[in-house]
This record gives sequence, C-alpha cells and structure tokens, in this order.
Amino acid sequence: MGLGRFFTLLTAVILPMGSMVASEEVGHSEHVSTSVEHAEVEAHAPNEEAFNPNEMIMHHIADSHGWHILDWNGHAVSIPLPVILWTNEGLVMFSSSEFHHDIEGHHVVNAGGQQFVNKHEKIYYAGTEEKPMDFSITKNVLALLVGAALLLLIFFSAARFYAKNTNKAPRGLASFVEPLILFVRDDIARGAIPEKHLNRFVPYLLTLFFFIWVNNLLGLVPFFPGGANLTGNIAVTLVLAAFTLVITNINGTKDYWMHIVWMPGVPTALKPILALIELIGVFTKPFSLMIRLFANITAGHILVLSLVSLIFIFESVWISPGSIILTLFISTLELLVAALQAYVFTMLTAMSFGAAVEEHHHDDHAHADGHH
Amino acid sequence: MDLVTPGLGLIVWTTLVFLILVFLLGKFAWKPILSAVQAREEAIDQALKQAESARAEMGKLQASNEQLLKQAREEREAIVKEGRAMRDAMVAEAKESASVEAAKILESARTQIHQEKMAAVTELKNQVAQLAVDMAEKILRAELAQPEVAKANIDRDLKDLNLN
Repeated sequence: MGLGRFFTLLTAVILPMGSMVASEEVGHSEHVSTSVEHAEVEAHAPNEEAFNPNEMIMHHIADSHGWHILDWNGHAVSIPLPVILWTNEGLVMFSSSEFHHDIEGHHVVNAGGQQFVNKHEKIYYAGTEEKPMDFSITKNVLALLVGAALLLLIFFSAARFYAKNTNKAPRGLASFVEPLILFVRDDIARGAIPEKHLNRFVPYLLTLFFFIWVNNLLGLVPFFPGGANLTGNIAVTLVLAAFTLVITNINGTKDYWMHIVWMPGVPTALKPILALIELIGVFTKPFSLMIRLFANITAGHILVLSLVSLIFIFESVWISPGSIILTLFISTLELLVAALQAYVFTMLTAMSFGAAVEEHHHDDHAHADGHH
Repeated sequence: MDLVTPGLGLIVWTTLVFLILVFLLGKFAWKPILSAVQAREEAIDQALKQAESARAEMGKLQASNEQLLKQAREEREAIVKEGRAMRDAMVAEAKESASVEAAKILESARTQIHQEKMAAVTELKNQVAQLAVDMAEKILRAELAQPEVAKANIDRDLKDLNLN
C-alpha cells in the first residue's frame, strides 16, 4: 500500500498531531461516521470503530458495486446496482445488495449455480483466487450514464434552439453553451489543426471536452448522483487517451509517419535512434494524458476528503469551521481544475491530431532546425 | 495498486458510452449547432459587408452631392460676376454716351450762341451803319443848307488835300 502510506503522510503534514493518525491506523473502520456523537463514542472506545481516513478515502475514490450514500444509525445506506459477470458458465446477474455491504469476502452469494464473494470491490469465485469478468453497472458506470444523459440533455436542448431560430442571437441554454463551443472550436481546435481538416475533428473534440468537464464537475457534487470519482478513474482516462492515440495514428499522413520512422534532415546515423524515440513518443504522449487527468482529479478528491476527515480525526466539532473553510477553498480550486484539465486534455489531443494531418513545407533550413 | 489498475468493466462501459456520445452528439448536437453558428457568422459577415458597401455608396453620393453643390455655387458666382460686369459695362456705356451727348449739346449750344452773337453783331453793325448814314445824311443836309460854311469847309479840305 504505497499509496496508503502516501495518504497517511499527506494527512500527517496537514495535521500538527501526526501521532494521532498513527493510532487511528490500528483500528478497522468500514465507513465514515457522519455524526459527531458517534465520533465521541469512538473516542471512549477506540478499539471498536476507530476512524481510518485512508480506508474511507481509498474506498471513495475507487469504484464500487453499490453506491454508498450515507450512514444512518451505524448502518450504511447505499443504492444497489446490478452485478453483471461473465463467468466460466456464461452470463450471471444479481443485485449488489446481495453482498450485504460485505467487501471482506465473507458473505457468499449464490447466483447462476455459482458462488461469488466481494473482496474489496473485486468479485471472486468463492473460495478461490479466480475472478470472473466483471461488467457490472458499478458506481462509476452509473455516474458515467448520468453524465452522458446530462450531456445529451444539455446539448440536444441547445441544438433545438438552433433548429428553431435561424440566424438569431443565442438565448437561454444556447447562449450558455455557444461561447464554450466556440471556445473549443476557435481557441483549442483552430490553433492546433490546419483549417482544411478542422471540421473533421471539431465534433470529436467538443464531445471530449464536455465529457471530461461535465464529469469532472459531477465528481465535485458531494451527494448522489455526483461525487463519483469517474474522471479520476484510470480506466476512464485510459479509454480517452486510447481514443486520442488511435484517432491520431489512423489519420497520420505520410509526412507524419516519415517524421517518426525516418526523420528528414538529420544525419542518417541518428535516424534509427530518433525513430526509436519518436515511436516511444507515440505512446508516451497519450500515456501522459491518461496519467495527468487521473492524477489531477483523484488528487482533488483526496484533498477534499482529507480536509473533511480532519473533523473525525480530531474527534472534535470545533475543528469543523477550519475544515469547512479549507474544503470550500479546495473545492473552489477544483472547479477551476475541472475546467482546466478538460481544456488541457482537449488541447493536447487537438495538437496531436494537428501534428498527424499537418503538411510540412520543407526546405533545408527547416531540416537543419529539426522538427519535434 | 488498485487505484492504477484499470478495471475491464469500466473500460468497456466507458468505450461504449463515449462512442455513443460521440455519435449522438456529433449527429444531433454539434452538426446542427456548428452549421447554424457558421451560417449565422456568414450572415453577419455578409450584413457587415453590405453595410460597408452601403456606407461607401452613401459616401460616394455625398461626394457627388457636394460636387453638384460646388458646381452650382460656382455657376452662381459666375452668373453674379457676369451680371456685375454687364451692369458695370452698361453704366460705363451710359456714362460714355451721356458725356458724348452732353458734349454734343454743349457744342451745339456753343455754336448757336456764336451764331446768335454773330447775328447780333451783324445787326448792331447794320444799325450802326444805318445810324452813321442817317447822321451823315442829316449833317450833309445841314451843311448843304448853309452853302458858305460848306464852301469854307470844302476849301479847307481842299487845302489840306493840296498840302498833302
């Protein structure tokens, strides 16, 4: 748990009383307690249900079967979600509520003539270390669907305005989204992609930008159906980066490939070395996209949760004003980060597309300077 | 390490949902919105261009108006000038003819005066002559009435004549 240790360190830096955190580590908590009295009870009996911020934070930012909303009288209240498994014997479906909030692999679920357990939100065949393929509608998948529905709702209604009003100044929702759309088209796409190819890529870039931005924002909403760490999930950023990689390379012109495998204008002896570097670069660029979005959004969630956790770590209601102010500050910052990361991802993707379709007008000077 | 291990399920769902979004938004949102925006931009562009050309047209019209006005002003000026010149000429001519007339009148007056004077002089001469003749007649008659005196006078005259 290298990351777990990092979070401890982070909390320890924030807290002047690092020793308290160490003592919390001993306990084993399942869920965040939302009531102060509960925290006071814990203070009297630390061995029973000590609050563990690492576990809470890790649980929050990871994906889960079932959407935990709140704790009520010590019981977790969560929305059950469908578990969809592709097992050795075919498709199996059941509700995540059948695990009864157990993520330690104790509670065995019988479904489709097979037995499954949930170990830290990973589903195993009971009693084995083998996993079926898991296509469940998890918390993140539900958040993804909510985000997608929201995107469709916003932009279909905006599109309806344009269908009804030709050559009129935008009003209502259209007046809100139009500047953003024009921003993506004119400030992100137009600067990076040659005019000739612009219209081909702008729709994709728009979808990408608003997908990331809206889901980033939904992730900052602290209650259902927001708050899922969707764009801070490596699987999601992996898919988005993979799309950038694929679209870039299937649109790559002869020029683009020549600059990768046989760089013009450099001594022949250097060409194979450059080709190696450029080939690695083809993959490192989208890889960095994947990591950047994942790390930024996840870090934001961790920060906010750490600051909220301060109240429970100190087990005092008096710490809450400071915690709330800091949380407010970081949340505001995260609003900026949400837009900024959407912008950066889209911008770099646009530049990648631009590089793929760009036509180089070479002369000997340009060769001497070297490209890329 | 769970955090950085992408889950297969979420990869599949994200790919699926994202592709559907790209398709649906592309077809039913971006395409109509972008084309509408582009159409509007073109319409605005065109309207601006039209306004520009209308302004140029108006400017041209104004310039030609001004030209016309200037021309009219010049024409008026010319007419006024011409009028003034004509008036001056007429006045001058009138003056000229008047002075000539005056001179003529003066001349004729002078001539008449001269003639009148001459007539008067002639008349006076005639009358003087008549008077002289009359007086001479009277004197002669008186002389002739007294022959000794006449004889004495004639003798003296003759003497004078002889002495010469």
